[in-house]
Amino acid sequence: MSLVLANTPIDLVTEGLGLTGAWAWFVVAVIHTILIGLFFGIPAGVFIWAERKVSGRIQDRLGPTRVGGRFGWLQSAADGAKLIQKEDLVPKDADSLLFRAAPYIVVVASFAAFMFLPFGDGWSAVSTDVGLFLMFAMLSLEVIGVILAGYCSGSKWALFGAMREAAQMISYEIPMAICALIPIIIVGSLNLNEIVRFQSGEGGFPSLTLLNWNIFHPIAAPAFILYFVCATASCKRAPFDLAEAESELVAGFLTEYSGMRWSFFFLAEYASMFAVSAIAAILFLGGWDDGVGIVSGLRSSGHEYSASAIGAVILIAKASKLVLVQIWVRWTLPRLRIDQVMTTCLKYLIPMACALFLAAATYPLVLNRANHGRTDLRSPIGDRVPMRAVEASEAHAVLAAPDSTELAAADGEVTQ
Amino acid sequence: MSGEQILFWLFAVTACAGAISVALSQIVVRMAVSLIVCLSSVSALFFLHNADFVGAVQLMVYVGGTIVLLIFGIMLTSSSPFSKIKTSPAEGFLSAGIGALFLSIIAFTVTQVDWKIQSDKVAAAAPVKVSSEGYNAAADGNTARPLALSFLGLRPDQNGQAPGYLLPFEIVSVHLLVVLIGAAYLARTKRRVAPNA
Repeated sequence: MSLVLANTPIDLVTEGLGLTGAWAWFVVAVIHTILIGLFFGIPAGVFIWAERKVSGRIQDRLGPTRVGGRFGWLQSAADGAKLIQKEDLVPKDADSLLFRAAPYIVVVASFAAFMFLPFGDGWSAVSTDVGLFLMFAMLSLEVIGVILAGYCSGSKWALFGAMREAAQMISYEIPMAICALIPIIIVGSLNLNEIVRFQSGEGGFPSLTLLNWNIFHPIAAPAFILYFVCATASCKRAPFDLAEAESELVAGFLTEYSGMRWSFFFLAEYASMFAVSAIAAILFLGGWDDGVGIVSGLRSSGHEYSASAIGAVILIAKASKLVLVQIWVRWTLPRLRIDQVMTTCLKYLIPMACALFLAAATYPLVLNRANHGRTDLRSPIGDRVPMRAVEASEAHAVLAAPDSTELAAADGEVTQ
Repeated sequence: MSGEQILFWLFAVTACAGAISVALSQIVVRMAVSLIVCLSSVSALFFLHNADFVGAVQLMVYVGGTIVLLIFGIMLTSSSPFSKIKTSPAEGFLSAGIGALFLSIIAFTVTQVDWKIQSDKVAAAAPVKVSSEGYNAAADGNTARPLALSFLGLRPDQNGQAPGYLLPFEIVSVHLLVVLIGAAYLARTKRRVAPNA
């Protein structure tokens, strides 16, 4: 696991500042936290405003119009200011310590997932070989806070909401993870940077890297749709919002919350909507790649910084579009019943995801047979990233006897 | 004190505090939360030692498993909200004795091992050189790829000459599958003995 700041190893940055030891660590941690905090908080505020506007349009209303000019730009800020002033209530029957702690657990869990998100090539706070796995691990911790909130409120509505949420999250994580595995099989790496680098190709401008995106892979395309359905469910968004279900359960696990603690849950919800959408963009839609080779062209001509900056804008735009789809779905589809939610997952989504997984695992073998007339079982299937870096004959040598330096060299070549 | 050391002590103390409060707390939900604190701190220690994969598995399996424990252990079985567990003095003495024995074994082991020799041996045998060249270098403690290859039967750390772990991996996988099926069997809805209609 290495800390990176704007494509530069963090040691170099801190050396330039004349910092060593604990101070360098501290400064690096503060910089990363502030940057991720901005990416965590600002999109959440924008999406809350967008949700109000979009729901207004869908229901033939105007939505917010007054705060901050004609379009109500400042509605989220005004909401925040209002919520801070509200009284912080704890019910008498609640377990007060855990009731107070639950919103923080939810926020920290979805905040931590942003650590691994690469906004541009190498523009992630933490770059690790198991980045995607870690992101899912972090996002799955969000459910702890929701269950604690529901259970410790000392209210029946909240308990029902928490039970539904637990059942739903545990079920939907399975097809979501299996669908996310399919691009992993195609690319052969869990590193989010490498997954996008694989899709963005190596050509300069103009080159149609669009066709290299995983969404155009015959097996990954249905997996994208399945992933997005499961991701919507994992964010507790309608039509899967049974944990809140205003018309049935008052507000589910949120019933007893007010003020700032209540808004923390919403901040986390919108942030994790952005996080799962960004994962979808990275896995299936080419991440920071623009599809016509502008970013990779800039990079190969030496403009690393501007390439990464443009890439970050592209990734955020892609993820925001997917968030808008989630908003659109929320306001146009009716809520499912809890048994329908479980049936959808267990009887339809999991078998479909498993079938796609099997297809993705065997597809390279079939392709190999079609190309070369033989089935090659000697090398692991997902070795396409190191294979591109070195000649095909050498690649087998690397896999059979990879010296550490050779592996590093292979990775270095992929980087370029 | 370097940054690593500060963080190590922070997470080590948090892990111990979580573990102690699991033992001392009497409210079941708080015990579960303390367990989550303890296990998360241990995974943070794994991250601190560059073992990303183990840390991620710790979060996913153990912390996630605690959620399931919380749901099935408390929500589905307890009769009253915020149920408490009262331990008798005899149980307290017994578990304190076992804990003390275990602690003494650990203390004995830690003091008896010559860590200098061990670390020299590890450094001599280390297949991966530690360097921080570029980001995401294969040598930078990123162990996922060599691990996965080892499980598939290739040993990148031994130049492919040693046998891999394919068979143990398969045995463990089948074992887990058996456990899953058993759990599903135990948790299934029991048919009523005397149906009304």
